[in-house]
Amino acid sequence: MNPFIAILRRELAVSWAGGGGPLVAIGFFIALTSLAPLALGGDPVRLAEAAPGIAWLVLALASLISLERMFERDFEDGALDLIALGPAPLELAAFVKAIAQWATTQAPLALVAPLLMVALGAPWRLAPVALAAALAGGFGFAFLGGVGAALSLGSRRGGVLIALLVLPLFTPPVIFGAGAIEAFAAHLDWRTPLLLLAAYALAAAALCPFAMAAAARNALS
Amino acid sequence: MFPALANPARFMAFSRWAAPLLGVIAIGLLAIGLALDFRAPPDYQQGYAVHIMFIHVPAAWMSLVVYACLGGASFISLVFRHPLAQAAARAAAPLGAGVTLLALVTGSLWGKTTWGAWWVWGDPRLTSVLVLFLFYLGYLALDASLDDEARAAPATSILALVGLVNLPIVHFSVTWWRSLHQASSVFRADGPSMPAIYLAPLLTMALAYMAGFGALWLVRIRAEVWRRRAQVRAVRAAG
Amino acid sequence: MSAMFDFDAGRYGAYVWPAYAATAIVIAFLVIDSLWRARRWKRAAEGGERAP
Repeated sequence: MNPFIAILRRELAVSWAGGGGPLVAIGFFIALTSLAPLALGGDPVRLAEAAPGIAWLVLALASLISLERMFERDFEDGALDLIALGPAPLELAAFVKAIAQWATTQAPLALVAPLLMVALGAPWRLAPVALAAALAGGFGFAFLGGVGAALSLGSRRGGVLIALLVLPLFTPPVIFGAGAIEAFAAHLDWRTPLLLLAAYALAAAALCPFAMAAAARNALS
Repeated sequence: MFPALANPARFMAFSRWAAPLLGVIAIGLLAIGLALDFRAPPDYQQGYAVHIMFIHVPAAWMSLVVYACLGGASFISLVFRHPLAQAAARAAAPLGAGVTLLALVTGSLWGKTTWGAWWVWGDPRLTSVLVLFLFYLGYLALDASLDDEARAAPATSILALVGLVNLPIVHFSVTWWRSLHQASSVFRADGPSMPAIYLAPLLTMALAYMAGFGALWLVRIRAEVWRRRAQVRAVRAAG
Repeated sequence: MSAMFDFDAGRYGAYVWPAYAATAIVIAFLVIDSLWRARRWKRAAEGGERAP
C-alpha cells in the first residue's frame, strides 16, 4: 500500500479514536469565543469590528490544543520508533502527520471560524474570505505546531512549552490572515495578504517536515 | 582562526587571555562612552531624553548580533555536531535575552518621552524585538526542559534555525500590516542625521557592548567546557 | 574640555535614570552570573567533589 495513504489512514483513525477528534478543539473554540464579548464589554459595534481578529486569535489558540498529542502518543508507545525504522522516510511521516492534524483539527476549526465571526457581529459577506484564510492559515498552524510538538518530545513541560515555542512562528499567519479579512471588510486589497498567507503556509509545509523529522530522530536517539 | 578555536583545549588557552582582555576593553570603552554621553547637550527635539538613546540603540543592535551568533553557532552545532559550537549557542542565549529585555525596557522609557506612548502596537521594529525576546525565552525554556543533554543540543539548534528564519518574516509581515493600517508611526531609532556630538558616544557605547558581549560569551563558554569536564569526572568517579 | 558633565535631567529624569538603572542591573547580573558560573564549574572540573 502506498505509505502515504497508510500513514494517513492510521493518523486519522488514531485521532478520532482518542476522544472525539476535532470536537474538543471546536468546543474550546466556541467556549473561548463566547468569553470574548464578556471580556470586551458587550458593545455590538466594537465587537463586530473586533470579530475577525478575535476569531483568528482563538483559532490560533485552539490549534495548540491537540498539538501535544501529535507525536507524543507514538513516541511513548514505540510506534514512532517503528515509523522511523520503516520504509517510508520520517520526513514523509511527519508531513502526513501534519496533514492529518490539519484535517482533524484545523480544517474543522476553519469551517466553524466564519460562523463564530458572524456570531460576534461581523457581516456575512466576510465569511468566504474568512473561510479561505482559516483553511490556509490552519494549514500553516498544523505544520508549525508540529515542529514545536516534535521539539518538545521528552521534555517535562509539554503543552505550555509548545505554545511558547510556536507562538512566534504563528505571528505572520495571524497577521496575514486577520489582515486579509480586515482588508476585505474595508474594501482594500485582500488578495495580497491572502496570497502571502498561502505562501507562508506552503513554505511551512515544505520545510517543517524536515525540522519535525530531525527533532523526532533526535528524541528517539 | 576558527580551526584554532575548534579544539576545546586551544579554545580554553585562547579565551584565557582573550576574555579578560575584552573585559578590560569593554570597561574602558564604557567609561569613555559614558563620559561622552553626559557631555553631550540635550537634543533640540528630545531634550535630555536623548541620553536614553545611548544605552537603548546599542542594546537593540546587540539583541540582533547575539541572535546571529546564536543562529550561526546552532547551525555549526547541527551540521558538524561540534560540542563547542553547542556550548557557544547555549552560552549566548541568556546574554541575548538580557540585552533584548534592555532594548525593550529602555526603548519603552525612551518612547514615552519622544512619542508619548510606552508602547506602539503595529510598529515593525517594536513587534520584531518583542518576538525576538519571546524566541529567546522559548530557547531557554526548551533548553531547560530537556534533561538529556545529548538530545537537547539538536533540539535547541533546530529551534534556533527555525527562529532565525522566522524573524525577518515577522518583520516583513508587520511592515505589510502597518501599510494596511496606515499607522502614523514616525519612529526612527536615531533622528534624520546624527551630529558627531551624539554619534561619538553612540558608537563608543556600541563597541563597549560588543566587547562586553565577547568577554561574557567567552566566559560562559569556558564555564560550559568545565561543566562537561566535571560531568566526565563524575561519571568516571562513579564508574 | 572644561565643560562639566550634564546631569541636569529636568522633567526627563523620571525616564532617563530608570533606563540607566535597569541597564546597570541587567549588565551587573549577567556579569556576576557568568563569572560565578565559570568559577563554580572550574572548581568542579578540577576539584571534583561537586557533581554537575
